[in-house]
Amino acid sequence: LKTMVNVALPKGRLGEKVYAMFEAAGFPCPSIRENNRKLIFENEEAGVRFFWVKPSDVAIYVERGAADIGVAGKDILLEYEPDVYELLDLHLGTCRMAVAAKREFRDDPRKTLRVATKFTNIAKQYYSAQCRDIDLIKLNGSIELAPILGLSDVIVDIVETGTTLKENDLEPFETIVPISARLISNKASYKFKYEEIASILSGLKGQVKS
Amino acid sequence: MTTILKLDEKIAFSLRALYQQYGYRQFKMSKFEPYDLYMQNKEFLVSDGIITFTDNDGTLMALKPDVTLSIVKNYRSDKTPIQKVCYDENVYRNNGSGKQFREIMQVGLECLGDIGLYELCETVMLAAKSLEAISANYVLDLSHMGILASVLDALNISESTIPQVMQCFADKNEDGLFALISSEQAEVLLPLMQINGPIASAVKQLKSVASEDQLYTLEAIAAYLRGFGMEDRVYLDFSIVSNRNYYNGIVFRGYVDGIPSSILSGGQYDKLMRKMDKPAKSIGFAVYLDQIELLDQRSTAYDVDTVLLYSEDQNPTELAAAIQTLGSESIFVLREQPERLRYRRLMRLMNGRLEELENHG
Repeated sequence: LKTMVNVALPKGRLGEKVYAMFEAAGFPCPSIRENNRKLIFENEEAGVRFFWVKPSDVAIYVERGAADIGVAGKDILLEYEPDVYELLDLHLGTCRMAVAAKREFRDDPRKTLRVATKFTNIAKQYYSAQCRDIDLIKLNGSIELAPILGLSDVIVDIVETGTTLKENDLEPFETIVPISARLISNKASYKFKYEEIASILSGLKGQVKS
Repeated sequence: MTTILKLDEKIAFSLRALYQQYGYRQFKMSKFEPYDLYMQNKEFLVSDGIITFTDNDGTLMALKPDVTLSIVKNYRSDKTPIQKVCYDENVYRNNGSGKQFREIMQVGLECLGDIGLYELCETVMLAAKSLEAISANYVLDLSHMGILASVLDALNISESTIPQVMQCFADKNEDGLFALISSEQAEVLLPLMQINGPIASAVKQLKSVASEDQLYTLEAIAAYLRGFGMEDRVYLDFSIVSNRNYYNGIVFRGYVDGIPSSILSGGQYDKLMRKMDKPAKSIGFAVYLDQIELLDQRSTAYDVDTVLLYSEDQNPTELAAAIQTLGSESIFVLREQPERLRYRRLMRLMNGRLEELENHG
C-alpha cells in the first residue's frame, strides 16, 4: 500500500497556481479540474491527496497533522507562528506587508499611533521593535476604510499592486516584510513520510521560478 | 485490570517502571509554587501562559507549568554525586489558539550532579525507550547545541542575527537563511540544516565542523544505542533549537507516528543550573501525555456489557443472586428497556428466572 501525502491547498487563484506546480512536478490529480462538489481529490499512483481549504486555515491543518504538507502565505506564518517546517519559498503570490495611510498623513511621534489591521501579531511586533506606543484595532475586512473614516491613522495590510490603495487616496509608506507562498510541512509527518515529502519537495524546487 | 486503564494511564505506569529500573526515584511535588521562580526563568518554559493566583498574604503564586525548575530548585549538591529523579505530574498552562486553561499530564526524569558521558548515553536511551513504550514507530531527533554555536561563532554572525538564524534552522527554512546572511555563510550552514538521518551515519557528516570532544560524545551515544538495538530510531537533526540561555550540549525531541507534534523534549541544561546557582550539571526530559488519546484506537462498541431488567415486585434477594450469577464485566440494572444505551446482551429477571432477550455476541 502506497503512503499517501495529504496536501492542503489554499482556495482561490493562488491555490490554482500552486496546484499547477504540483502537476508539473509530477504529482497531478486530474479529477481536481473537474467541476464538481467533491472536497478531496486523490491520485493513488502519485501518492497525493489534495484538498482546498481557506488560505488562513492551511497552517492549522498542517500544524495539527490533518494535512502533511500545505501551501500558506508568509503573512499567515508570521501572524499565527504555527509549529511547522517551512521548506520552500514558491515565489508565488508575491506581495508585501506594508503600512499605509492617507496621502496627506504625517506621523506625529508624540501621539499614540492608531493602527487598524487584520494582522495584529505582525503589527504588534513591528511597532514594539520600534518602541512605538500604538492603539491596535483588529478588523476582519475592508481595512482601507479605517483611515478614510478616521477610525485609525494607519493600516497594516497586504499590498500587491497598490491599486486599491491608490483608488482610495491611500499610500503605502513603509514595507514591513515581503510576502510569498511557502511550502510548509507538519513536523511529525516530515519524520514518518520523509521519502514522500522529500520527493515532492525536490519536484517543486524544479518548478520554482525566481 | 489492564482493560480499565486508559492508554495514557497505562503508558504513565510503564514509564514509571522503566525509570525506576534505571535507579530513578519518584518525586511527588506540590502543585503550587511562587510565581517568582517562573518569572526569573520565563524563557526556559516551553510556553508562556502561566496560571497565577494570590495566596493569603498576597504572594503571587502559580499553578505549576513545568516540573524541571522545581526539581532544580530543590537540588542539594551535598547529598550524592548524582541525583536521579523521576516524576509524573499534571502541569497547568493557559495556551493554545483559544488561550484555554489546560491540564497536561507530564512524565519525565532529571539527572543532576556530576554528569558524565555515561549519563548522557543513558538518558538518550531512556528517551528513546519512552517513545518505544508509546509506539513502535517513533523517531528521536537529537542535536548538539555546541556544534551549531561554534559554527555560528566561526562565521562571525552578529549576536543580533543569531536568533533569526536559529529560527531558520528550527523551520528548516533554506530560503530564509539565504535571505538573512551572505551566501558564503549560508553555504557553510546549509549542510548542517540538511542533515537528517540515523545518528551513526549522520555523525560522519560532522567531521569538518564539530570538535573532537563533540564527535566523541555523539559517537559514544550512537554506540550505546546500538547496544540496545535502537540506533536507527535516533536521528541527528539540527532543527531542534532550544533556548541558548539554558541549554547546551545534547538536546532532543521525540515524535511518534499518529501524533502531529512532538511529545518528548529534553536535553542538557547546565546553563540553567548555573543561573540558579547550582554547582552541578544536568540532563533530563519530559514526555507529554495529553495527546496520547489520538493513538487509542480501541473502539467502545458497547456502553455496558449487560443490561438486566427487573420488575417492580421483584424479590431483592433474588435480584442480588441474579446479579452475582451473571458475573458480568459491567452491568446496568434497570426497570425498563433503555433506548439509547448500547449493550452487548439484554437479560430479564422474571419470577425468579433469568432469561436472555438479546445477545450481540
